[in-house]
Amino acid sequence: MINLEFIINTLSLGSLYAMLALGLVIIYGILRLVNFAYGELIMMGGYIMFLLAGFTPLPWLVVAALAVLAAMFTSLFTEMVAFRPVREKSLTAMLITSFAVSTLLQNGALLIISPRARAVNLPQIFQTSVMIAGTSVPWRNILTILTSLVMLTLLTLLLRRTVLGIALRAAADNFTMTRMLGVPANTVISAAFAISGIMAGIVSIFWIARSATVTPAIGAPPLLVAFVATVIGGMRSLTGAVVGGFIYAITISLLGIFLPPDLLEFREAFMFVFVIIILLFRPQGLISSKTSTERVG
Amino acid sequence: MNLTARLKPLNSPLTLAGGVLLLAVLTELLGISLLTRIITVMFVSLILVLGLQLYMGNSGILSFAHIGFMGIGAYISVLFSMTPTAKELTNSNLYPFLIPLHLPFVPSLLIGALAAAFIAAVVGYPLMRLSDAAAVITTFALLVIIHVVLVHWDRVTNGPRTLFGVDNYTTLWISVLFCVIVILAVYFFKESRIGLRLRATRDDAYAAASIGIDMVMMRWLAFIASAFIAGVGGALWAHFITSFSPYSFYLTETFVILAMLVIGGPYSVSGAVVGTLIVTAAREILRAIENYINILQVFPEGFFGFTEVVLAVVLILILVYRPTGIMGSRELRWPPRRGRIESAETNQSVNHIS
Repeated sequence: MINLEFIINTLSLGSLYAMLALGLVIIYGILRLVNFAYGELIMMGGYIMFLLAGFTPLPWLVVAALAVLAAMFTSLFTEMVAFRPVREKSLTAMLITSFAVSTLLQNGALLIISPRARAVNLPQIFQTSVMIAGTSVPWRNILTILTSLVMLTLLTLLLRRTVLGIALRAAADNFTMTRMLGVPANTVISAAFAISGIMAGIVSIFWIARSATVTPAIGAPPLLVAFVATVIGGMRSLTGAVVGGFIYAITISLLGIFLPPDLLEFREAFMFVFVIIILLFRPQGLISSKTSTERVG
Repeated sequence: MNLTARLKPLNSPLTLAGGVLLLAVLTELLGISLLTRIITVMFVSLILVLGLQLYMGNSGILSFAHIGFMGIGAYISVLFSMTPTAKELTNSNLYPFLIPLHLPFVPSLLIGALAAAFIAAVVGYPLMRLSDAAAVITTFALLVIIHVVLVHWDRVTNGPRTLFGVDNYTTLWISVLFCVIVILAVYFFKESRIGLRLRATRDDAYAAASIGIDMVMMRWLAFIASAFIAGVGGALWAHFITSFSPYSFYLTETFVILAMLVIGGPYSVSGAVVGTLIVTAAREILRAIENYINILQVFPEGFFGFTEVVLAVVLILILVYRPTGIMGSRELRWPPRRGRIESAETNQSVNHIS
């Protein structure tokens, strides 16, 4: 059962989940905000692809790029309109805001487009497979792995080599201190939301490609995945997010093989039990970071 | 001490309970069946909001698991209140030993609520140490777990399919009766020693710990009480709506109940009451508009989601401009107080990014 096909599929799932988790963690690291509206960014990317690929003659790569941009601008827009005004108030207010933004976007799609699923036109490459060492591997999975490698490299370069990247890392470490050193808070936070949106946009391409449809509620499953992956990884470290994404993919694939069928449908529940256990006994995540301030008492 | 002085501390809960009773009497006198339905559902929602207020308002911690406990209360109470014949008809998958169980409505409701409280007590204790984001994610995880179990444990819940054949026991008067009891209970919890200590931990966890308050224990007691009330609400709802599926107890319902509490003001019992009233009224009006547009068939695909969009926008506006909700931490009283007395709680600023 554990053959090359399984390995490549799990790797591809892991890459996808790693990107998902990164987009959530980059905001959490700075604002301590668990962004419930993150899944709706993926939905946004999906609808833009549906509209542009279905009704315009644009080449597909342009469509994909515009979908990523749409997710990024939605992310930036929600930050400016909803999160910025409540940022100074309380964490609970910010969390409820993100839940409200999520409901708003989801029902906005319901209202403006349709409650029904929409088919998204995708290029041929997402449906074809290639033979590698005697097993057929979907191109989609190979593309996911390659894209995530590129994205991880770009993100690493951004964080290590640019002023913005250093500011982002400093803000994740100690936001107050970073601001005192003259880094404007709004710029850093906007940058984090932009990166988060880009990640969501890229994930949306591959997530939508699996079913080739988009619905208003499509954001919920990836959000749950991102939650679990970030908790496993420790919520505060970007490396942790990537590792968490892969651990999640490996665990869920192995559970798929070894769990008896009547327990298989409870797979998601098991993953969340795992989340609770990690938060209780290792709130800093499986990948340890220097500081952890979640626990009082 | 004369009677007036003795009743003074009871002014707020009696005002709220009296208001709710008055509303029930008016509804009964009007006798419009649609209005009676709306008001009955509103009382059930109010019970759920009050349960959430008990935990969230006093501990300051956002809990997503509340609607999960509502679901437990609904399903467990229904297991006892349905007749064996009805159970065999609608849920043939049920474990055989569950089929002969049959009790009157109120004991069934109490068993449902106790089951919710029991599960909250068992799983909740370790979670009470967590604050902020960790607390939110764990309670959210709890909601997902309860949801997955309700959807897939079809030998108890009939699975993702709609469970029907539940008897309608929840009348206007039953719902208002429980509502009054819950209002008084939540108010007295807030003013009790436990409630006071819990509010102290909310305002400053370290200061509270330094005077010997066991924060975990206080939160735990509130969590259990809150789950019990959610269970009561779930059981009442189940016996009103009479057919439901696990999808009724998930994020949509969570959003509505949370919006009611936050718009009204999570720091006071009156906030829960006011928020529920306002949001129910707004939702009914918006839904009527939505239905009207659907009847006109202006949009080929239908006109859905309008109510939630407006509610979400209002919720965000409240969080931006009035983060403590309409009531802040004030309680309603009769006769109304002249002038605004802002208590320290209203102005509390939570240490965050400053």
